[in-house]
Amino acid sequence: MIALLAGRLAWRQLVSSRARLISAIAGVMFACVLVFMQLGFRAALFESASNLPRALQGELFLVNPLTLVMFRPEPVPRVRASQTLAVAEVAQAVPIYLAQTRFRNPDTGRQRTIQLIGFDVEAGAVDFPGLAPLIPALKRIDTIAFDRRSRPEFGDIVGPVERGEHLEVELGGRAMQVVGLVALGTSFGADGNAVMTETNFRRIVKERQAARTDLVAIRLRPGADLPAVQAQLAAVLPPDVVVLTQEELIAWERAYWEKGTPIGFIFSFGSLMGLVVGMVIVYQILFSDIATHLREYATLKAIGYSNQYLRLVVMAAALMLAVLGFVPGFLGSIGLYGLVAKVTLLPLGMAADRAVTVFAMIFVMCAVAGLLAMRKLGEADPADMF
Amino acid sequence: MRPVLVRPVELSGVSYTYEKGDRPVLREVALEIGPGEIVLLTGPSGSGKTTLLTLIGALRALQAGSCLVLEQDLAKADEAGRVALRRRIGFIFQQHNLLGFLTARQNVAMALELDAGTAERERLARAGSMLAAVGLGDKTESRPGQLSGGQRQRVAVARALVGQPGLVLADEPTAALDRQSGQDVVRLLTDLARQRGVPILMVTHDPRILDIADRIVAMEDGRIVG
Repeated sequence: MIALLAGRLAWRQLVSSRARLISAIAGVMFACVLVFMQLGFRAALFESASNLPRALQGELFLVNPLTLVMFRPEPVPRVRASQTLAVAEVAQAVPIYLAQTRFRNPDTGRQRTIQLIGFDVEAGAVDFPGLAPLIPALKRIDTIAFDRRSRPEFGDIVGPVERGEHLEVELGGRAMQVVGLVALGTSFGADGNAVMTETNFRRIVKERQAARTDLVAIRLRPGADLPAVQAQLAAVLPPDVVVLTQEELIAWERAYWEKGTPIGFIFSFGSLMGLVVGMVIVYQILFSDIATHLREYATLKAIGYSNQYLRLVVMAAALMLAVLGFVPGFLGSIGLYGLVAKVTLLPLGMAADRAVTVFAMIFVMCAVAGLLAMRKLGEADPADMF
Repeated sequence: MRPVLVRPVELSGVSYTYEKGDRPVLREVALEIGPGEIVLLTGPSGSGKTTLLTLIGALRALQAGSCLVLEQDLAKADEAGRVALRRRIGFIFQQHNLLGFLTARQNVAMALELDAGTAERERLARAGSMLAAVGLGDKTESRPGQLSGGQRQRVAVARALVGQPGLVLADEPTAALDRQSGQDVVRLLTDLARQRGVPILMVTHDPRILDIADRIVAMEDGRIVG
């Protein structure tokens, strides 16, 4: 009851000055959008980092234990793929070749690094959206499928290919024909992707021996016991490979970006800065509110309001600002996510758990600002009123 | 019916020294106010009138002496006890000190909001009739900024009286007003207090209102001199 009355008093004070209320809400909203963007980028980075492992079709994967990140893989001997077939539950083991090479923009002539992914396209171990109908064409010599979600700096590839033109591009100094488009997505490690058969992969990356692959995707027979097969394979194979499930492979890739680079820290730091700025703004508003109404607060104390009650009023104002700022901040962030996702091609979007996290952060931010501003209440001394 | 208090205020041997000052502002002050009595406190500035008022109003902690206000022993009261006592006292200040973002009625009702036993509707109704009693029945929904100085001080009088206080303390309530409206406010206050039997202790310099008092107490240099 007391809290409700204190809240009502806080509300009446907040809405009494539109300009101050709007600037306070704008401050909270600003912090909110900043934190949403930072956390959104962070999530998008980790999400996009695992674009490739996510697109692979396989229950288990072989990776060199020294591999830190997929765009810079350590080799896996091709013979390991054959060795897995010794385990009865393994239906298929498909070697995948990964490399980065130069791609010449056909419009500007400039070169950019692109990710090459080579594998037996008929094996069905990799199923990027759009790949299936391209399989016969990809089996021809010097052909590739281009990732339609690559960054635009590679030139206008999608347009001509969609019109059915046989577009010729230069990949690693070799002329290749783009026979179709797949959808995969960029990551911080790769601005674009090109998909092709093993044979065509080695025609571009000439120094690569067929015996040296980078990743092996393993498909199991229906009904196979995944943990059991994983343990069995780990026991059979030499220690130059590790056997990972798809989730483990995704986590492996994420771990590099989260722990092996300062990127995670940068975004966390950015979020913190946003919260600090927001807190200072809210504190300033609340503080000056108290400072200009010191006599009124002292009067309330004189007529029997406790310091505790007035603290409640300040805290209620702080938390109302949290809610009032969060709602437009949340909606604005959804809009910004869409805009930025369009520009950067990163998988940026609102997530429910992130919204809850950011609301909690904004709530705490305003509560701390309120706690700091409350100290000013001590200066409201009813004895000075006479 | 409220019980008849023998003496709403009973002071003896009250001395007070400010932390930064070395000279005491109050020396061995003794003062009694009877039920329904209207007492004016006069004296030159620096004589300790205001300090005495803040001690009786439980706005300061007592240092030395004995001070009973509305049967509450202030020598034994802690901050919570003082806050509770203040709710039973009506205060009127030099400035009206109304909350600018509340209407006159809401400002008056603020004095009742601490009483959880009164419903919101009743609080607003009582505030409304109190405002009518001070002649502002048609200004209940105005904000302080829309009222004249005299009207604002009348709202402050309504706020001080609405809670049916056992004692009213006023510090130069006419200081910020022109003579006529200052006198009007003080007469209004004393009339209402007499009707309700509420004692008043008022600090004033205004010679024109001395006639309203039952008793005039003069202070000089921290002592009561007459």
